[in-house]
Amino acid sequence: MDVRSQVAMVFHLDKCIGCHTCSIACKNVWTDRKGAEYMWWNNVETKPGTGYPTRWEDQQQYKGGWERDGKLVKLRALDKVRGAVTVFHNPALPTIDDYYEPFTYTYEELFTAAEGADQPVAKPISMITGKPMNIEAGPNWDDDLGGSPVYAANDPNLEALTPEERQQMFDVEKLVMFYVPRICNHCANPSCVAACPSGALYKRGEDGIVLLNQERCRAWRFCVSACPYKKTYFNWSTGKSEKCILCYPRLESGQAPACFHSCVGRIRYLGVLFYDADKILDAVNVPDSELVEAQRRMILDPFDPEVIAAAKERGIGDDVISAAQRSPVYKFVMEWKLALPLHAEHRTLPMLFYVPPMLPVQAKVGDYGYDTSVEGFLGSIDQARLPLKYMAKLFGAGNEAPVRYALRKQLAVRHHRRALQACDITPEQAQALLTEADCDMEQADAIHRLTAIAAFEERFVIPPMHREEAIELLDDDTLAAKGSTGIGFREGPQRGP
Amino acid sequence: MLNLMLYGVLPYLAIGSFFCVSVVRYLKMPFTFSSLSTQFLESKQLFWGSVPFHIGILTLFAGHLVGFMFPRAVMAWNGMPVRLLILETAAMIAAFLALVGLTALIVRRVGSARLRANTTVMDVLVYLTLLMAIGTGLWVALAMRWGSAWYTHTLVPYLWSVFKLNPDVQLMVDMKLPAQLHVISAFLLIGVFSFTRLVHAFVAPLPYLWRPPQQVIWNRARREPQAHD
Repeated sequence: MDVRSQVAMVFHLDKCIGCHTCSIACKNVWTDRKGAEYMWWNNVETKPGTGYPTRWEDQQQYKGGWERDGKLVKLRALDKVRGAVTVFHNPALPTIDDYYEPFTYTYEELFTAAEGADQPVAKPISMITGKPMNIEAGPNWDDDLGGSPVYAANDPNLEALTPEERQQMFDVEKLVMFYVPRICNHCANPSCVAACPSGALYKRGEDGIVLLNQERCRAWRFCVSACPYKKTYFNWSTGKSEKCILCYPRLESGQAPACFHSCVGRIRYLGVLFYDADKILDAVNVPDSELVEAQRRMILDPFDPEVIAAAKERGIGDDVISAAQRSPVYKFVMEWKLALPLHAEHRTLPMLFYVPPMLPVQAKVGDYGYDTSVEGFLGSIDQARLPLKYMAKLFGAGNEAPVRYALRKQLAVRHHRRALQACDITPEQAQALLTEADCDMEQADAIHRLTAIAAFEERFVIPPMHREEAIELLDDDTLAAKGSTGIGFREGPQRGP
Repeated sequence: MLNLMLYGVLPYLAIGSFFCVSVVRYLKMPFTFSSLSTQFLESKQLFWGSVPFHIGILTLFAGHLVGFMFPRAVMAWNGMPVRLLILETAAMIAAFLALVGLTALIVRRVGSARLRANTTVMDVLVYLTLLMAIGTGLWVALAMRWGSAWYTHTLVPYLWSVFKLNPDVQLMVDMKLPAQLHVISAFLLIGVFSFTRLVHAFVAPLPYLWRPPQQVIWNRARREPQAHD
C-alpha cells in the first residue's frame, strides 16, 4: 500500500447559482496579465451548452485523456512515436478562436473625442493586436442558455440521448439548465503530466496539487491537448503553459483557494483524501461503466488502522491524518457516495467531485400540468427534466447507477427535512424514502448539515501545510511580484527583446 | 585582413557565443529557453510552414554533420554516379522543403495581425539568417556541382582546421563566391543561434522517450516504508 495524501474537492451543483464570483476571484488574483487575458482557470459553464473552450468535451477533436489499450492505458493525443511527428505541428491543439479573442474598449475616447454631432463611443479593441475588432465570442458566450439552440444543441453530451429526448429538453415547458463550475481536477493520473515532453508538469507529492514549472516548460503545448478538461492554458505572450495551482500559496497559509473562499452559494468543499498509488492502474484499466466504483476502491479509509499505519510509515503527519478523518470530501465521496467525478471516462482519476444537481426534478406529466400529489411532491428522478442519461454521460462515465443513487439519496434527504420542518410529508413516508435510498436518519441529518448549514471550518478542512510565513521569506517587495506566478519567481514573465 | 576576420575570427566568435551564451542562458534565464510557439494564434498555415521546414532543415543539418564527421565515408558512397545522384537529389529535396517551409512561415507571420503583434526583433533576425544560409546553400548546390563530392575535401579540411585552432584561411579564399557566402552566413547563424528562439533545438524533448509517464515531486525527501518481516 502506497498511501498518498491528496487535497481533494467537492462542488455541490445543486447549490450553484451561476454567479461567476469564483471566476472573477480567480481572474483578479491569477490571470489578469498579458497573454493570460483569455484564461479562466476557474470558469462556470451552463449545461446543456458547449462550454469553454467551445466543445471541449469532444475528444474526437481534442484527443484529451487516456484510452484503454489491452493491459495498459495510453494517451489519446500521442504515443512516443506519434509525438515525434506532431511536435512540429500539433493537430489536436485548440487555437485562441476556440476560446475567444480577448478584448477591451477604447474608454479614453469617451473623454478625448472631438466635439461633434454624435455621441462618442468606446470601440472594442483586441487585446492581442490592439486593433479594432468585432466581438464574435467572449467568456460565457452561452451563459444561461444564451444563443440557444445554437450552443446548447451542440453540447457533446447530448449524444447520449435520442432525438426525441433532446427535443423534449428544449421544450419551453421543460426547458432546463444547470451550472458546472470547473477548475483543474488535480487528477491522480494526470494526462497533462504524462504528455509533457519536457517534464515540466508534476504532481506535488505532499498534497497532490498538479503544478507546472515554467522554467522547464518549452512550449510544446502537449499538455493543452492532453488534458480532457482543457484546464491547462497556453500563454501566447510568454510562450509558457499555465494552469490552476489550487491557490497553493493560500493553502500554505491556511486559507481556502480564492474561488472556494469567494463562493457565494457555498457549494465548494475541500479536504484531504488518502489513496493507494499502487492501485492507480487498477482504477483506470476497467470498462467505462465500472470507473466510478474503481476510483472509489482506490481511495482509502482514513479510520482504518492499517491505512493509518501505512500513512505514518510514509511520513504523513498526525495532523494530516486527522484532517483526512474530518474531510468533507471523504464524506461526500466515500461515506455518502453523493459526489461523482466529471467525465471519468477519460481515466485521469479527477480529484474534484461533483454532487449532481437534483433540481428542477419536477417535470411535466403528460401533455400539461404537474403532479402535485404528496407522492410526487418533489417529482421523481426518472421523470426529471434533466434526463438521467444526460447526467450519466457527465458524472457516471455513461453508467446511470451511481448518478441515480446520488440523486435518490438527495431527494430522500430533502423529504426527510421537509417532514421535520414543514410537516407536509409524514415521517413514515420520509423514512420509507430514506430506506429506499440506502440512507438512515443520522446520515440524512449529517448530509443536511454539511449541505445547508456548514460553516467555513467544516467546508474547508485544510491540512496544516506549515508554510505560513513563506511569503515573508521573499526578499522582494511582494507587490512588485504581482503578475508573476507563485513564490520564487526571480525574473519577470517577459521574453526580452 | 577582411579574409582573416571572416574566416579566422568570425568562426570563433560564432562558436564561442553558440556554446557560452547557450550555457549561461540555460542556467540563468531558463524561462526564456524555448521557442515562442505561435500555433495557438494561427494553426492552419503553420502546418504548411513548420512541418516542411523542420524536416528539411533537420535533414540538411544531419547531412552536413555526416560530411563533416565522416568525409571518407561520404567520398566512398559517392564513388558511383548513381549514388551521388541519389544523395544530391535527397539533399536538394530537403533544401527545397526547408526553403518552401521558411517562406510559408514568413508569409504567415507577415500576413497575420496577431502574429505581427507577437513578433520580436530577434524573430526577424532568425528569418534573415536562416534565409541567407538556405539561399546561399541552394546557390552553391546549383552553381557548384556536386557539392557532396567537393565539400568533403575542400570545405571539411577548413572546418577541421578551425576546430584544430589553426584556421587555414587560404582554403576559404580560394573558394568561389557562393561557397564563401554560405560559410559566412552559416557562421552568422551559429553566432546568433543562442540569442534567439532557435535554442529550442537544444532542449528537443528526447528524454521524453524514456521518462516514466507520471512525475511526482516531493518538497522534502519521502520516507520509504520499512521492510516487514
